[in-house]
Amino acid sequence: MELQIGLPLFYFLLLGFAILMYVLLDGFDLGIGILYPWFNTDAEHDHLMRSISHVWDGNETWLVFGGVILFGAFPLAYASIASLLYLPIMLMLIGLIFRGVAFEYRFKSHTSKVWWNRAFAIGSSLAAFCQGLMLGVLVQGVDADSIASSSLQWLTPFSLFTGLAVMAGYALLGCTYLTMKSRGDIQQKAARYGQRLLLFVMLAMLLVSLFTLYQQPEIRERWFGGAHSLILMLLPLLAILAARLLFRDLGRVQRQFAAEADISIRHESRPFWLAASLFLLAFAGLVAGLFPYLLPHQISFYTAAAPDSSLSFMLPGVLIFLPLILAYTLWGYHIFRGKVEDYEEGY
Amino acid sequence: MELDAALLSRLQFAFTVSFHIIFPSITIGLATLIAIWEGLWLKTGNPVYLQLAKFWIKPFAITFGMGVVSGIVLSYEFGTNFSEFSRITGAVIGPLMAYEVLTAFFLEAGFLGIMLFGWQRVGPKLHFMATVVVAVGTWISAFWIIAANSWMHTPAGHIIVDGVFHVESWWQVIFNPSMPYRFTHMLLAAFITGTFVVLATSAWQLRHSEHKNMARKGLSMTLWLALILTPLQAYVGDLHGLNVKEHQPVKLAAMEGIWAEREAGAPLLLFAIPDRVAEKNHFEIGIPKLASLILTHDPDGELMGLKAVPADERPNVAVVFFSFRVMVGIGVLMILIAFTGAFLRWRGSLYQSRWFLTACSYLAPSGIIAVLAGWYVVEVGRQPWLVHGLVRTIDVVSPLPAERVLFSLTLFVLTYSLLFGVYLYFMRKLIRKGPPPLEKLSQQLIGVKASGYAVALAKQIKPEQEQH
Repeated sequence: MELQIGLPLFYFLLLGFAILMYVLLDGFDLGIGILYPWFNTDAEHDHLMRSISHVWDGNETWLVFGGVILFGAFPLAYASIASLLYLPIMLMLIGLIFRGVAFEYRFKSHTSKVWWNRAFAIGSSLAAFCQGLMLGVLVQGVDADSIASSSLQWLTPFSLFTGLAVMAGYALLGCTYLTMKSRGDIQQKAARYGQRLLLFVMLAMLLVSLFTLYQQPEIRERWFGGAHSLILMLLPLLAILAARLLFRDLGRVQRQFAAEADISIRHESRPFWLAASLFLLAFAGLVAGLFPYLLPHQISFYTAAAPDSSLSFMLPGVLIFLPLILAYTLWGYHIFRGKVEDYEEGY
Repeated sequence: MELDAALLSRLQFAFTVSFHIIFPSITIGLATLIAIWEGLWLKTGNPVYLQLAKFWIKPFAITFGMGVVSGIVLSYEFGTNFSEFSRITGAVIGPLMAYEVLTAFFLEAGFLGIMLFGWQRVGPKLHFMATVVVAVGTWISAFWIIAANSWMHTPAGHIIVDGVFHVESWWQVIFNPSMPYRFTHMLLAAFITGTFVVLATSAWQLRHSEHKNMARKGLSMTLWLALILTPLQAYVGDLHGLNVKEHQPVKLAAMEGIWAEREAGAPLLLFAIPDRVAEKNHFEIGIPKLASLILTHDPDGELMGLKAVPADERPNVAVVFFSFRVMVGIGVLMILIAFTGAFLRWRGSLYQSRWFLTACSYLAPSGIIAVLAGWYVVEVGRQPWLVHGLVRTIDVVSPLPAERVLFSLTLFVLTYSLLFGVYLYFMRKLIRKGPPPLEKLSQQLIGVKASGYAVALAKQIKPEQEQH
């Protein structure tokens, strides 16, 4: 029994890792797309695009990776979830298409630049919103037999709210990325928006948690019934701690000119890592509530698991290539380390 | 008329996959060419090679971007529109795609950033390595996706348990009977497509007396490549055809337009109008016995015809028949161009022959059209099966409401039509703009690692770039 569960559990964790990587990495570059309309000048927009133009493609690959791991390791779940969430997925893909091509065309355009700005901002926002909406649908539960019906049961106030919450969360990640990669006005602006977004994100996390606990007795039971609930309680506590630190850091970044003395305790990179850890904690809380389900209360990871022959075939690939991928991805970030320079670089 | 969700899903997949394949077909060849030029520049120091690499890297970048965004769609479309197919074959197809992502997609994406934007941040050798890695990544990607696709044509290495496919031998799944042929055929097709895009552009530039040195180098190299690759492709295509005859005789019958259950001494039809209802061809023009000679190496050899199987196991004959002729026709044209080019080169009038340069410049999209036509032969020819002989397409479509699929299909048609126009516009713009001038390349900032120095130089160059 142990062994039979072992491989599927590994892929369940791998899927979680892929989703988390995607959310953190594409989160910040989608977030920059969401923030885009709040920056006004061409120079600022150039700067925003330049800060992510070399990484967006790699970041988005984690979405494909998550998709194919779901496909290869849990075909049943992939088939059900993808067709259940048909419209949000299609709209997300359209959003990703427009924001993706905007990177290439914007820098080469003159008269059509304004349209590529729109494509980038609207596409990023649409993709993020759809992802949040899908998250909401999975949390609140959806009937697996409803593929054929014309009902729009994925469209509820709750899922609309989670859509907005994820947009805000990505925008927060984007702000902290800009705090790290920019200087001057853009950095100031990012830190200022970051603080406001952080307040909204914390409120949204609270509301979503309360609603889920209220709506779903199984999750309530898990969080409050038993010894491990003490460990689970650590998650919100750590989240509050991280949020507090993040708020202070973002505040200090803004005070750079006011008080030179503060400069020694001014963290420009830490906000990003704090925001990332907020996401990590929220994600851990989510998984703690939903485990072992891929489609809550209907498809668990062990019922959806592909036969062992498939799971063990992928294993060496994952074990060999994933560390390599992480290594060269890190190396790539290292090569482009430091602040974004406002000159034309590259090809 | 009642909307048919299954038909709409199939149309949507056909449309999105057709749109997608245009871009990798170009980038596989172009990435390889750019890597070759960069390598030659490092080796010889001849700046014309660098100019070629730098000129083509921009069209490459937008083409690659289009391929990425249209490719993500496909990785989800199996589940959204063919959920039952995903459920029963996921254990076979899914892991192959997982390997594609692990061994190719991340690799391409990871090194693309350095290839496009890293000129000032890494040394020339490291940059060259990044370009090579991107090129090799495109080949690896083709390997896995062709393995998955070929398995659907010639399934092997699996067993079916309770209606679900399990794998017994991954070796047999990956290197299934048609895979080596299809992979070689497709990889060559992609190289040829990239080659002809560059060939046509170089010819166009020479025709307009622009960037002569670079254009000559580009034309010369691609004509040599075409001279090797196009006859080789004809040979590989022939082998692939023999493989189809062995494993998918019905598809072959549709390609050749053979109806009789068995036909000895079958003619090679140059033209005909296949009629599914009457089960025969109209207006046949053919070369007697040639099809039999090519496929059985005997002028009186027997070939299986469409009537050997029930009507509901035959593909749409006309689509397969005409697509095949389009592909072969373009192939023949390409071979003619390659040999004519070699002849003119021998005569020493290659760069002056205006009619030849004009003819070449019209061939820019030839590779893409041939690739699309070839894939229509392959995919339409497999119908009504999704997994040949085992899974019918119609049985594994998601039970979605038709209007939902109609909505997404409409969105894709609108989005892709718009983007295709935009793509052509920017390709034209980039090609007209031409390469960076040699003087500027000579003070290129490759591998200036001391960042202060690089910044100062870049700032000095920036005003010039803004002038265009």
